[in-house]
Amino acid sequence: MADDFDTIQETVRACLVDLLGLSRARVAAFDDNTPLFGALPELDSMAVATLLTELEDRLGISIDDDDVDVEMFETFGALVRFAAAKALN
Amino acid sequence: MRRTLVLTMHALSQLGHTTLLPDLPGQNDSLTKTQDVTLSLWRDALADITAKEAVPLLIASWRGGALIDDAAVNAIGWWRMAPLAGASIVKTLIRVRIAGEKEAGRTVTTDQLRGEIQNGPIELGGNRLSTAMLNELDAASPAVVAPLRTVELIEVPGSALWLRAEPGEDSAMAKAMAANISDWAMQCAAG
Repeated sequence: MADDFDTIQETVRACLVDLLGLSRARVAAFDDNTPLFGALPELDSMAVATLLTELEDRLGISIDDDDVDVEMFETFGALVRFAAAKALN
Repeated sequence: MRRTLVLTMHALSQLGHTTLLPDLPGQNDSLTKTQDVTLSLWRDALADITAKEAVPLLIASWRGGALIDDAAVNAIGWWRMAPLAGASIVKTLIRVRIAGEKEAGRTVTTDQLRGEIQNGPIELGGNRLSTAMLNELDAASPAVVAPLRTVELIEVPGSALWLRAEPGEDSAMAKAMAANISDWAMQCAAG
Protein backbone atom coordinates (compact mmCIF):
# COMPACT_ATOMS: atom_id res chain seq x y z
CA MET A 1 0.00 0.00 0.00
CA ALA A 2 1.29 3.45 -0.87
CA ASP A 3 2.07 5.12 2.40
CA ASP A 4 3.08 8.70 1.82
CA PHE A 5 1.31 11.63 0.26
CA ASP A 6 3.88 12.31 -2.47
CA THR A 7 3.85 8.71 -3.69
CA ILE A 8 0.07 8.79 -3.81
CA GLN A 9 0.07 12.07 -5.70
CA GLU A 10 2.55 10.69 -8.25
CA THR A 11 0.50 7.51 -8.64
CA VAL A 12 -2.61 9.56 -9.38
CA ARG A 13 -0.60 11.51 -11.98
CA ALA A 14 0.65 8.29 -13.58
CA CYS A 15 -2.89 6.93 -13.77
CA LEU A 16 -4.10 10.08 -15.53
CA VAL A 17 -1.24 9.91 -18.04
CA ASP A 18 -1.85 6.23 -18.76
CA LEU A 19 -5.59 6.37 -18.83
CA LEU A 20 -6.22 9.60 -20.68
CA GLY A 21 -3.19 9.68 -22.95
CA LEU A 22 -2.20 13.14 -21.69
CA SER A 23 1.46 14.07 -21.92
CA ARG A 24 3.61 13.50 -18.86
CA ALA A 25 4.74 17.12 -18.97
CA ARG A 26 1.18 18.39 -18.95
CA VAL A 27 0.12 16.19 -16.04
CA ALA A 28 3.32 17.00 -14.13
CA ALA A 29 2.16 20.63 -14.11
CA PHE A 30 -1.21 19.80 -12.51
CA ASP A 31 -1.62 21.43 -9.10
CA ASP A 32 -4.29 21.31 -6.42
CA ASN A 33 -6.57 23.64 -8.32
CA THR A 34 -6.28 22.15 -11.80
CA PRO A 35 -9.84 21.30 -12.85
CA LEU A 36 -10.40 17.73 -14.08
CA PHE A 37 -13.96 16.57 -14.66
CA GLY A 38 -15.57 18.91 -17.19
CA ALA A 39 -12.21 20.46 -18.09
CA LEU A 40 -10.58 17.38 -19.62
CA PRO A 41 -12.75 16.00 -22.43
CA GLU A 42 -10.82 12.72 -22.15
CA LEU A 43 -12.13 12.23 -18.61
CA ASP A 44 -15.67 11.05 -19.26
CA SER A 45 -17.69 8.88 -16.90
CA MET A 46 -16.39 5.70 -18.55
CA ALA A 47 -12.82 6.83 -17.96
CA VAL A 48 -13.71 7.62 -14.36
CA ALA A 49 -14.97 4.06 -13.90
CA THR A 50 -11.69 2.67 -15.18
CA LEU A 51 -9.64 5.17 -13.20
CA LEU A 52 -11.20 3.98 -9.93
CA THR A 53 -10.13 0.37 -10.46
CA GLU A 54 -6.69 1.46 -11.60
CA LEU A 55 -6.24 3.54 -8.43
CA GLU A 56 -7.37 0.59 -6.32
CA ASP A 57 -4.82 -1.70 -7.95
CA ARG A 58 -1.90 0.73 -7.87
CA LEU A 59 -2.50 2.08 -4.36
CA GLY A 60 -3.69 -1.16 -2.79
CA ILE A 61 -6.93 0.47 -1.66
CA SER A 62 -10.58 -0.44 -1.93
CA ILE A 63 -13.09 2.14 -3.08
CA ASP A 64 -16.74 1.67 -2.24
CA ASP A 65 -18.84 2.90 -5.15
CA ASP A 66 -21.12 4.61 -2.66
CA ASP A 67 -18.21 6.86 -1.65
CA VAL A 68 -17.74 8.11 -5.18
CA ASP A 69 -19.18 11.46 -6.09
CA VAL A 70 -18.49 14.00 -8.76
CA GLU A 71 -16.79 16.44 -6.38
CA MET A 72 -13.76 14.21 -5.96
CA PHE A 73 -13.04 14.59 -9.66
CA GLU A 74 -13.48 18.36 -9.76
CA THR A 75 -9.82 19.17 -9.25
CA PHE A 76 -6.55 17.29 -9.21
CA GLY A 77 -6.15 18.21 -5.53
CA ALA A 78 -9.55 16.76 -4.64
CA LEU A 79 -8.76 13.48 -6.38
CA VAL A 80 -5.38 13.17 -4.66
CA ARG A 81 -6.97 13.94 -1.27
CA PHE A 82 -9.62 11.26 -1.84
CA ALA A 83 -6.96 8.70 -2.79
CA ALA A 84 -4.76 9.71 0.15
CA ALA A 85 -7.65 9.47 2.61
CA LYS A 86 -8.21 5.87 1.47
CA ALA A 87 -4.56 4.88 1.32
CA LEU A 88 -3.37 6.52 4.54
CA ASN A 89 -6.37 5.44 6.56
CA MET B 1 -4.08 -2.09 -28.51
CA ARG B 2 -4.14 -4.88 -31.08
CA ARG B 3 -2.52 -2.55 -33.63
CA THR B 4 0.32 -1.90 -31.21
CA LEU B 5 0.68 -5.66 -30.70
CA VAL B 6 0.98 -6.10 -34.46
CA LEU B 7 3.67 -3.39 -34.51
CA THR B 8 5.43 -5.27 -31.71
CA MET B 9 5.30 -8.41 -33.84
CA HIS B 10 6.81 -6.56 -36.82
CA ALA B 11 9.61 -5.30 -34.59
CA LEU B 12 10.19 -8.82 -33.25
CA SER B 13 10.37 -10.14 -36.77
CA GLN B 14 13.08 -7.58 -37.56
CA LEU B 15 14.96 -8.94 -34.55
CA GLY B 16 14.76 -12.40 -36.11
CA HIS B 17 11.83 -13.91 -34.22
CA THR B 18 8.78 -15.64 -35.64
CA THR B 19 5.60 -14.58 -33.86
CA LEU B 20 2.02 -15.74 -33.67
CA LEU B 21 -0.97 -13.75 -32.40
CA PRO B 22 -3.73 -16.33 -32.03
CA ASP B 23 -7.43 -15.58 -32.47
CA LEU B 24 -8.97 -17.24 -29.45
CA PRO B 25 -12.60 -18.43 -29.55
CA GLY B 26 -14.91 -15.41 -29.84
CA GLN B 27 -12.17 -13.08 -31.09
CA ASN B 28 -12.01 -11.61 -34.60
CA ASP B 29 -13.01 -14.19 -37.24
CA SER B 30 -13.84 -16.92 -34.75
CA LEU B 31 -17.31 -18.43 -35.23
CA THR B 32 -17.76 -18.84 -31.48
CA LYS B 33 -20.23 -16.36 -30.00
CA THR B 34 -18.75 -14.07 -27.38
CA GLN B 35 -21.40 -15.19 -24.91
CA ASP B 36 -20.20 -18.79 -25.27
CA VAL B 37 -16.63 -17.92 -24.36
CA THR B 38 -15.16 -18.92 -21.01
CA LEU B 39 -11.65 -18.69 -19.63
CA SER B 40 -11.44 -22.52 -19.70
CA LEU B 41 -12.32 -22.49 -23.39
CA TRP B 42 -9.52 -19.97 -24.00
CA ARG B 43 -7.10 -22.06 -21.94
CA ASP B 44 -7.94 -25.17 -23.97
CA ALA B 45 -7.57 -23.24 -27.23
CA LEU B 46 -4.19 -21.87 -26.17
CA ALA B 47 -3.03 -25.37 -25.22
CA ASP B 48 -4.15 -26.68 -28.65
CA ILE B 49 -2.52 -23.83 -30.59
CA THR B 50 0.79 -24.05 -28.76
CA ALA B 51 0.84 -27.88 -28.95
CA LYS B 52 0.96 -27.57 -32.76
CA GLU B 53 4.21 -25.59 -32.68
CA ALA B 54 7.32 -27.73 -32.88
CA VAL B 55 9.68 -24.93 -31.86
CA PRO B 56 10.34 -23.59 -28.34
CA LEU B 57 7.90 -20.81 -27.50
CA LEU B 58 8.12 -17.71 -25.40
CA ILE B 59 4.61 -16.81 -24.29
CA ALA B 60 4.01 -13.05 -24.10
CA SER B 61 0.81 -11.79 -22.51
CA TRP B 62 -0.67 -8.40 -21.77
CA ARG B 63 -2.98 -7.67 -18.83
CA GLY B 64 -5.65 -10.37 -18.48
CA GLY B 65 -3.75 -12.60 -20.90
CA ALA B 66 -1.71 -13.58 -17.84
CA LEU B 67 -4.81 -15.39 -16.55
CA ILE B 68 -4.53 -18.07 -19.24
CA ASP B 69 -0.88 -18.02 -20.35
CA ASP B 70 0.10 -20.95 -18.11
CA ALA B 71 -2.08 -23.22 -20.30
CA ALA B 72 0.47 -22.91 -23.13
CA VAL B 73 2.61 -25.97 -23.82
CA ASN B 74 6.09 -26.08 -25.38
CA ALA B 75 6.92 -22.87 -23.51
CA ILE B 76 10.51 -22.10 -22.58
CA GLY B 77 9.46 -18.97 -20.75
CA TRP B 78 6.80 -16.38 -20.07
CA TRP B 79 6.69 -12.61 -20.42
CA ARG B 80 3.88 -10.55 -18.90
CA MET B 81 3.03 -6.90 -19.29
CA ALA B 82 1.10 -5.33 -16.40
CA PRO B 83 -0.75 -8.52 -15.38
CA LEU B 84 -3.80 -8.17 -13.18
CA ALA B 85 -6.30 -10.27 -11.28
CA GLY B 86 -9.51 -11.22 -13.05
CA ALA B 87 -11.54 -9.69 -10.21
CA SER B 88 -10.17 -6.25 -11.16
CA ILE B 89 -11.35 -6.75 -14.73
CA VAL B 90 -14.86 -7.70 -13.58
CA LYS B 91 -14.98 -4.74 -11.22
CA THR B 92 -14.03 -2.33 -14.01
CA LEU B 93 -16.59 -3.82 -16.38
CA ILE B 94 -19.30 -3.37 -13.75
CA ARG B 95 -18.24 0.23 -13.04
CA VAL B 96 -18.20 1.12 -16.72
CA ARG B 97 -21.70 -0.32 -17.10
CA ILE B 98 -22.95 1.65 -14.08
CA ALA B 99 -21.40 4.83 -15.51
CA GLY B 100 -22.99 4.18 -18.90
CA GLU B 101 -26.41 3.63 -17.34
CA LYS B 102 -26.01 6.82 -15.33
CA GLU B 103 -25.28 8.79 -18.51
CA ALA B 104 -28.49 7.36 -19.96
CA GLY B 105 -30.36 8.54 -16.86
CA ARG B 106 -30.77 5.08 -15.29
CA THR B 107 -29.52 3.90 -11.95
CA VAL B 108 -28.18 0.40 -11.41
CA THR B 109 -26.14 -0.83 -8.49
CA THR B 110 -23.20 -3.18 -8.25
CA ASP B 111 -25.42 -5.64 -6.36
CA GLN B 112 -28.05 -5.60 -9.09
CA LEU B 113 -25.45 -6.27 -11.76
CA ARG B 114 -23.80 -9.00 -9.67
CA GLY B 115 -27.27 -10.58 -9.46
CA GLU B 116 -27.78 -10.29 -13.23
CA ILE B 117 -24.41 -11.92 -13.81
CA GLN B 118 -25.64 -15.04 -12.03
CA ASN B 119 -28.71 -15.18 -14.29
CA GLY B 120 -27.16 -15.65 -17.66
CA PRO B 121 -25.41 -13.56 -20.28
CA ILE B 122 -25.10 -9.88 -19.46
CA GLU B 123 -23.78 -7.02 -21.55
CA LEU B 124 -20.61 -5.56 -20.06
CA GLY B 125 -18.07 -3.42 -21.87
CA GLY B 126 -19.91 -3.89 -25.16
CA ASN B 127 -19.82 -7.70 -25.02
CA ARG B 128 -22.39 -10.27 -23.93
CA LEU B 129 -20.58 -12.33 -21.34
CA SER B 130 -21.75 -15.55 -19.72
CA THR B 131 -22.18 -16.30 -16.05
CA ALA B 132 -19.44 -18.92 -16.36
CA MET B 133 -16.99 -16.46 -17.95
CA LEU B 134 -17.56 -13.79 -15.31
CA ASN B 135 -17.36 -16.27 -12.41
CA GLU B 136 -14.16 -17.73 -13.81
CA LEU B 137 -12.70 -14.26 -14.31
CA ASP B 138 -13.65 -13.19 -10.81
CA ALA B 139 -11.73 -16.14 -9.35
CA ALA B 140 -8.72 -16.04 -11.68
CA SER B 141 -5.22 -14.80 -10.84
CA PRO B 142 -2.06 -15.06 -12.90
CA ALA B 143 -0.59 -18.51 -12.25
CA VAL B 144 2.93 -19.09 -11.00
CA VAL B 145 5.05 -19.89 -14.06
CA ALA B 146 8.80 -20.05 -14.58
CA PRO B 147 10.94 -18.64 -15.98
CA LEU B 148 8.90 -15.44 -15.95
CA ARG B 149 9.72 -11.78 -16.61
CA THR B 150 7.02 -9.34 -15.55
CA VAL B 151 7.23 -5.88 -17.06
CA GLU B 152 5.31 -2.97 -15.60
CA LEU B 153 4.27 0.03 -17.61
CA ILE B 154 6.79 2.28 -15.94
CA GLU B 155 9.63 0.22 -17.49
CA VAL B 156 8.80 1.02 -21.10
CA PRO B 157 8.11 4.31 -22.86
CA GLY B 158 4.41 4.53 -23.57
CA SER B 159 1.15 4.40 -21.70
CA ALA B 160 -1.71 2.07 -20.86
CA LEU B 161 -3.33 1.84 -24.29
CA TRP B 162 -5.62 -0.90 -22.96
CA LEU B 163 -7.35 1.58 -20.67
CA ARG B 164 -8.44 3.87 -23.50
CA ALA B 165 -11.56 4.00 -25.56
CA GLU B 166 -9.53 5.05 -28.61
CA PRO B 167 -6.04 3.67 -28.08
CA GLY B 168 -4.55 4.47 -31.48
CA GLU B 169 -1.09 2.97 -31.81
CA ASP B 170 2.31 3.60 -30.27
CA SER B 171 5.28 2.49 -32.35
CA ALA B 172 7.93 3.58 -29.82
CA MET B 173 6.22 1.49 -27.16
CA ALA B 174 5.96 -1.44 -29.60
CA LYS B 175 9.69 -1.28 -30.35
CA ALA B 176 10.59 -1.12 -26.66
CA MET B 177 8.32 -4.08 -25.83
CA ALA B 178 9.77 -6.07 -28.74
CA ALA B 179 13.34 -5.40 -27.55
CA ASN B 180 12.39 -6.47 -24.04
CA ILE B 181 10.62 -9.64 -25.22
CA SER B 182 13.53 -10.50 -27.53
CA ASP B 183 16.04 -10.07 -24.74
CA TRP B 184 14.06 -12.34 -22.44
CA ALA B 185 13.47 -14.91 -25.18
CA MET B 186 17.23 -15.13 -25.77
CA GLN B 187 17.88 -15.55 -22.06
CA CYS B 188 15.24 -18.28 -21.78
CA ALA B 189 16.59 -20.04 -24.88
CA ALA B 190 20.09 -19.96 -23.44
CA GLY B 191 18.63 -21.73 -20.42
